[in-house]
Amino acid sequence: MGRYIARRLLQAIPLLLIVSLVIFVLLQSAGDPLATLGGRLPPRPEDRERLRRQLGLDQPVLTQYAYWLLGNDWTRFDMDGDGVAETAGTRRGVLRGDFGTSIVTRQPAIDIILDRLPNTLILMGTSEVLILSFALLIGVISAVRQYTMLDNILTGFSFVTFSTPIFLMAFGLMYIFAVKFREWGLPYFPTISNPAQAKTLGEYIWIMTLPVLTIALISIAAYSRYIRSNMLEVINSDYIRTARAKGISERAILYRHAFKNAALPLATLIGLDLPFMLGGAVVTERIFAWPGMGRLFIDHLGRLDYSVLMGLLMLITVAVVLFQLLTDLVYTWLDPRIRYT
Amino acid sequence: MTRTSPSSKPATLKADAVAIQPVTPTQQVIRRFVRHKGAMVGLFILIGIILFIMVGSFVFSEADANRTNTGIRLQPPSAEHPFGTDRIGRDILARTIYGGQISLLIGLLAVIVEVSVGTTVGALAGYYGGWVDAILMRITEAMLSIPSLLLLLVMAKFFGSKIPDVELLGRSFSGSVVVIVLIIGLTSWMGLARIVRSNVLALKETDFILAARALGLPNRRIIMAHILPNTLASIIVALTLGVATAILAEAYVSFLGLGVQAPTASWGNILTEAQEFQIIKDAPWYWFFPSALILLTVLSINFVGDGLRDALDPRSDKKV
Repeated sequence: MGRYIARRLLQAIPLLLIVSLVIFVLLQSAGDPLATLGGRLPPRPEDRERLRRQLGLDQPVLTQYAYWLLGNDWTRFDMDGDGVAETAGTRRGVLRGDFGTSIVTRQPAIDIILDRLPNTLILMGTSEVLILSFALLIGVISAVRQYTMLDNILTGFSFVTFSTPIFLMAFGLMYIFAVKFREWGLPYFPTISNPAQAKTLGEYIWIMTLPVLTIALISIAAYSRYIRSNMLEVINSDYIRTARAKGISERAILYRHAFKNAALPLATLIGLDLPFMLGGAVVTERIFAWPGMGRLFIDHLGRLDYSVLMGLLMLITVAVVLFQLLTDLVYTWLDPRIRYT
Repeated sequence: MTRTSPSSKPATLKADAVAIQPVTPTQQVIRRFVRHKGAMVGLFILIGIILFIMVGSFVFSEADANRTNTGIRLQPPSAEHPFGTDRIGRDILARTIYGGQISLLIGLLAVIVEVSVGTTVGALAGYYGGWVDAILMRITEAMLSIPSLLLLLVMAKFFGSKIPDVELLGRSFSGSVVVIVLIIGLTSWMGLARIVRSNVLALKETDFILAARALGLPNRRIIMAHILPNTLASIIVALTLGVATAILAEAYVSFLGLGVQAPTASWGNILTEAQEFQIIKDAPWYWFFPSALILLTVLSINFVGDGLRDALDPRSDKKV
């Protein structure tokens, strides 16, 4: 087992290097991060030149990547443009925990990311809990009542919500629960969901209701279809028929025998989906102005702020790799038939 | 051991007694598909939408879709403008027609890119194995470890305005249309590549491929003529569902402002302009019609895809 884990972790290293290199090159070749500097008061060309030099943007892309990865504190740079490299580099590189400085705010990139992380974790975590509870409920019910009226309605409903574009869901919820509820004199939900405005837990929940619903309603459908088909497969298997033949109550068969095996693949699905929660929900966060990772990403992509973007993407990729390994390990514990060597 | 001797009068089967029309596998598939209610409903809606955007372009010209008239800003639906007008007085019906053409075109073309890349990668990795497989699958894993929408946005930013406008069918398309087709195709092939690879891995061990090898057929021909046709079922299903995913992806990227650029309309970028709270509140027709059309299109394609999956899978003999 130990060797298996070690091998998997070793295999992850080239993966992470390739991902980071490709994204870095894509971002650095996408345009000039200083193009929009100063807004309506663009700096003089010589100031722009000096800034490029100070930020290290004048270096070749691969050199910049090396500095991002390994740091540049062992070498000296020419900061004032006189051709003499006199200033020592200060960056320590991602491998030593330095994610660089944001071009936009001059704060350390990692601080900017960690500042947004709790918001996204709360939004996505709440949604995930809702998604799982309702998907399990709906999935199991429609499997047990296969091809009944109830199953058909739930199936039709999940096809519709699954195909709903996020903005239709978000705008629709806003229109009903914020606009119409207000007109009708009912308690209405806010459309700008900034958790910083919440003073109490109740307000917090109130504020994040609409974005959470937007995310959850769409994903419940996909998960519940998955649970339904797993459950159906298990219910129709031989060992369940044996259990029935032995006269075990239908309830015990369902929960003690069928559900456990049907939920196994779900563990994989959750394990693989969880790390992607770190990326936030770009469209939902944008619509509801939720200050999470998704909005951070889209805002900083506009300015090509590569330190923040790279930090965010690498954080997710590392999480994906770790969660994949973790899922595999948990799976051996859940399903003793599986062994890794 | 004696065989059961034929009775005194051997039962002869007359030719016409067995002359039931033989059912070819293709006919079986079509039959199963036609019996699938969801798929039929989906197909019906889909044909309706295609007619809507095709016939519509004879009623409205592209100039109509882009004609601004600030005198009639944000008008609610009326006889003259059945879907209302947007905030610079353009007719939303005409814009959804032309936007729909772009969105569907992008969906189809992006899936062609997706299927070409996915099938090639999957077939090469599965057939050759070894280091080819190792490298291709590592790349696939690498791309799967980044959230697809974020990857899509990075690529959109990268290709940005690098591709000039193109002339096609007498119309000029913004270069952003080509960009979006490419990037959606290039960020969505991984799932298909894995499916094709696992199919190829299984097929590779079959006797008929062994026979083809023994006959000395070149690898190229074995893959193209013998292996790929046998994976067609999963490719067709992935292709159909891929169109729905691609239409949604286009809508999201355009919505976030990195997709199809104005004045070319797409269902996604009509919604970009509609995301202000005042518009959501006072002009619901503005966002409702384009996003409802996306919903209907994606829903009907998903239904058709589901029906195809059931029809093409010979094991699925379930009642529909």
